Amino acid sequence: MKFIRNTFDKYKPLFDKGGKYEKYAPAFFGFDTFLFVPNHTTQQGSHIRDGVDLKRIMSTVILALIPVTIFGIWNIGNQHFTLMGEAFGFMDAMWYGALRFMPMLAVSYGVGLTIEFAFAVFRGHEVNEGYLVTGLLIPLIMPIDLPLWMLGIAVAFSVFIGKEAFGGTGMNVLNPALVARAFAFFAYAPYMSGDKVWVADSVADGVSGETILGTLAANNEASFSVMEMFMGYIPGSVGETSFLLVMVGALILVATGVGSWRIIVSTFAGGAVMGLIFNAFGVNALMSFPWWQQLLVGGFAFGAVFMATDPVSGAQTNKGKWIYGFLIGIFAILVRVFNGAYPEGMMMAILLMNVFAPTIDHYVIQGNIKRRQKRLKTA
Amino acid sequence: MSKDIRIKKGLSIKLKGRAADTLAVMPHSGIFAVKPTDFHGITPKMVVKVGDSVASGDVLFFSKSQEEIKFVSPVAGKVVEIQRGAKRRILAVKVQASGEESKDFGIKNPDSLNRLDVLNAILEGGLFPYINQRPYDVMADPKEMPKAIFVSGFDTAPLAVDYTFILKGKEAEFQAGLTALSKLTEGAVNLGVNKDCSSFYNQFSGVEMTSFSGVHPAGNVGVQIGALNPINAGERVWTVNAQDVAAIGEFFLTGKYPSSKIVALVGSSVVNPQYYQIQRGQEISVIVNNNLNKDQDLRVINGNVLTGMMSSESDFVGALTNEISVIPEGNTYRAFGWLPFVQNFVHSSSRTSLSWLSGSKEYELTANMNGEIRALVETGKMEQVVPLDVFPMQLLKAIMEGDIEKMENLGIYEVAPEDFALVDYTSSSKIEAQQIVRQGLDLMIKEVG
Repeated sequence: MKFIRNTFDKYKPLFDKGGKYEKYAPAFFGFDTFLFVPNHTTQQGSHIRDGVDLKRIMSTVILALIPVTIFGIWNIGNQHFTLMGEAFGFMDAMWYGALRFMPMLAVSYGVGLTIEFAFAVFRGHEVNEGYLVTGLLIPLIMPIDLPLWMLGIAVAFSVFIGKEAFGGTGMNVLNPALVARAFAFFAYAPYMSGDKVWVADSVADGVSGETILGTLAANNEASFSVMEMFMGYIPGSVGETSFLLVMVGALILVATGVGSWRIIVSTFAGGAVMGLIFNAFGVNALMSFPWWQQLLVGGFAFGAVFMATDPVSGAQTNKGKWIYGFLIGIFAILVRVFNGAYPEGMMMAILLMNVFAPTIDHYVIQGNIKRRQKRLKTA
Repeated sequence: MSKDIRIKKGLSIKLKGRAADTLAVMPHSGIFAVKPTDFHGITPKMVVKVGDSVASGDVLFFSKSQEEIKFVSPVAGKVVEIQRGAKRRILAVKVQASGEESKDFGIKNPDSLNRLDVLNAILEGGLFPYINQRPYDVMADPKEMPKAIFVSGFDTAPLAVDYTFILKGKEAEFQAGLTALSKLTEGAVNLGVNKDCSSFYNQFSGVEMTSFSGVHPAGNVGVQIGALNPINAGERVWTVNAQDVAAIGEFFLTGKYPSSKIVALVGSSVVNPQYYQIQRGQEISVIVNNNLNKDQDLRVINGNVLTGMMSSESDFVGALTNEISVIPEGNTYRAFGWLPFVQNFVHSSSRTSLSWLSGSKEYELTANMNGEIRALVETGKMEQVVPLDVFPMQLLKAIMEGDIEKMENLGIYEVAPEDFALVDYTSSSKIEAQQIVRQGLDLMIKEVG
C-alpha cells in the first residue's frame, strides 16, 4: 500500500492546479480516492466529520445488491437449462449465467463510467460514485436476452438525458437506471417484453419462457408454486426474481440506514391495498391473483427496495416518503392489472412518482410554512 | 420549573480529552488581544493608536455603524500592534500588559436602575458586544427591544465546559447579571437547564427556568428558543452566554471591567485537559504551554470542535469562546477507508460503520474530512440531527438559491449556524451547512435587516 501511495504522490503534481495534466485531474483523483481516503482536512465549519462519505453509502448499496446479483446469475443458467430440458449442476448454471451476465455488466459500466469520467473532466468536478450503483442496477432490471448494443444505447441515453442533462448526480428528476429501462422498453419493445426474452436463448430456440405476470395477463393460470416465486426460481429480469434475497438486500439497506424504511414499507402497503381491492372484484386472472402473491412476483419487491428508495429522485420529507411509497405501490398494481400492454407496472409507477415527488414534498412543506405564518399572525 | 422538554433529534459525540475539574490561574503578563473578527459583521473604528497607554476598561475601538458599542481593553498596558489583514481590515488590537490600573465605572445596583441606565452602563463598560441577537446570530442592536432574553445554563457540544464549575463562587455576580438583563427586555429572561445543573441554578431568582433533556444540541440556546418561543419575522431575541452573564453582574457589583474569565483546554491532543483562569484575550500559547502531545500535526480550535474557529498557538482566546480544543490534524491517507464496516475507530453516526456498537467509547477524532465533497445525495439524515421546527435541507437549498421569500417561509429567522453544526458533521456529501446558513443570514441582514 505504501508503494502505491508513494507512486500516487509522485505523479500528483502533474495533475494539481497548474500541472501538465491538470485537465485530467478528476480521473486521476477518482482512482486515487478509490484506493485512499484523502488527506483533506476541514477548512471551515465543523472541525470533525463523520466517517461516512458517499463512497461508503454507495458501496453499502452494492453490498445489498450482491445476493440478488449472484442468485440472478445462477437463475439465468437455471431457467435456460430447465427450459431446454437439459440436466445441469450448480456450477453449470453459474458458469452459463456468468457468461451471459458479465458482458452486460461490462457494457453497462464501460459505457456509463466513460461518459461519467468524460463529464467530470469536461466540467472539472470530481467523479461521483452514484454510477457504481446505477451501473449494476441496469443489467439487473433487463431481460437477459437484450442485445448488448441496445443495452449500451440505453445506458448512454440514461446517463446523458436522465442525469447529465439535469446537471449531474443529485440533480436528476428520474431514477437513472429506470430511465435506461424505460428507454429500452419503448425503443426496442419486442426485446423487452413478451414471452421470448426472459430465458436466455429462448428466442433462438423458439421456446416460450413467459413470466408469471405475462401468463396472467393472457388470462392463464400461473404455472409456478408460491415457493418458487418466493425463492425466485422463475423467469424474469436478472435481479428481480428472488423475493427472499431482495428482502436480504432490504435488510442491509434498512439496518445501515442507507435505504428509507418508510418508502419500502409504504410501497408494500400500497401494493397490498390495491391487490386487496382487485381481489374483491376478481373478474380475470390478474385481478384474482392473490394480493400477497402480487408482491412476490415481477419487479415489485426489487423496485420497492432498490429503485423507489433512490434518495435523489424520491420524496425528501419523511411524511412525503410515506405518500410517495404508498402511491408507487398503488400504481404498480394498477398498471399491472389494467394495462394489457405492460404486464409489469413497477417501472411506470416509480417513474411517475419520481415526477410527482417534488409536488408531494411541496405540500408537506406547506404545512410547516402555514404553521409559521399562523404563528406570525397571532404574535 | 414545571416543564421538561426532551430533545430527541441530534447527536452527542463523545470525545477524548474532557476537562478535569481543576483550575489553573494564568499570569497577567504578556500580550493580550481584542479581535473585531470575533464579532460577526463589525467594522471597527480605532480610538487608540500604537504606543498609547491604556487602563483595563479603556476603549480601544468602537463599532463604525453603531458608535455607542465600545470594545475595551481587558488589561492595563501599552498598545503594541494593530494587526491588519487583506484590504487593511483590522484583525486584532494587541496590548502589552503592565500594571494593574483599571478604569472605575462606579458600583451600581442593577435592581434599582431603569432600562436606559442598565443599557448605558453595559454599553459604557464594553460589555454590550457579549449580547447576541437572534435572528441572524449577530451582535445585538442597543436601539431595539428584545421580546425575550435567553441564556443556556449548560452546553452539550463535544468537550464543552461545565458552567456550574465556571460559575461556582460567582453566584452573586450571576444573579446580578440576570437582574441587569431582566431590565433590558419587555419579556422574560429565560434560563435553560438540564437535570445535572438544575439544583445549582435553582438558587437564582427573576428568571424563567425550563429544563431540557436529551442529546446535543439540547444545550444550544437556539434550540431552546425554538422550543419555547420561536422567533417570528420582525422579532428580536437576545442571547447571552452564561459566563458572560456573570461578567455583566461582576461589572455592576465591582464597577470594573470583568477582565478575567475561565476557559477549558480540551481535546485528545491535550496531556492534562483542565480549566484555566485567564484574562480575556490571552495568548493561547500561554495556556497550552507544554500541555500538548505534539507527535503529530495539531489543530488548535478557538471554541468547540463543531463550531469553533481554526486557530493556532500564536492566536488569542476568542471573546465568545469558552474552550480551546486541540485535536490531531489528521492530514494522512487511509487505504480503503471508505469501505463499509471497516476502520471503525473513526466515529460515524451512520450505521454503515460499526462504531455505533461501542456505545460509550470516547473517540479520538481528527480534522480529516473523511471523504470528499460531493453532490447532495441524501435524505433524512439532516432531519435527524436538527431539532428545530424547520426542514433543514429545503432551507439550505433555498439559501443556496438566494430565494429570500422561500428562506423566510422555511424559517431562516429561527436558525443560527451552530444549530446546523451536526449537519456538517453527519453529511455524507460533506456539505458546509454552517457556512451556507451564515451566507443566508448575511443576505437577510442586507435585504431585510
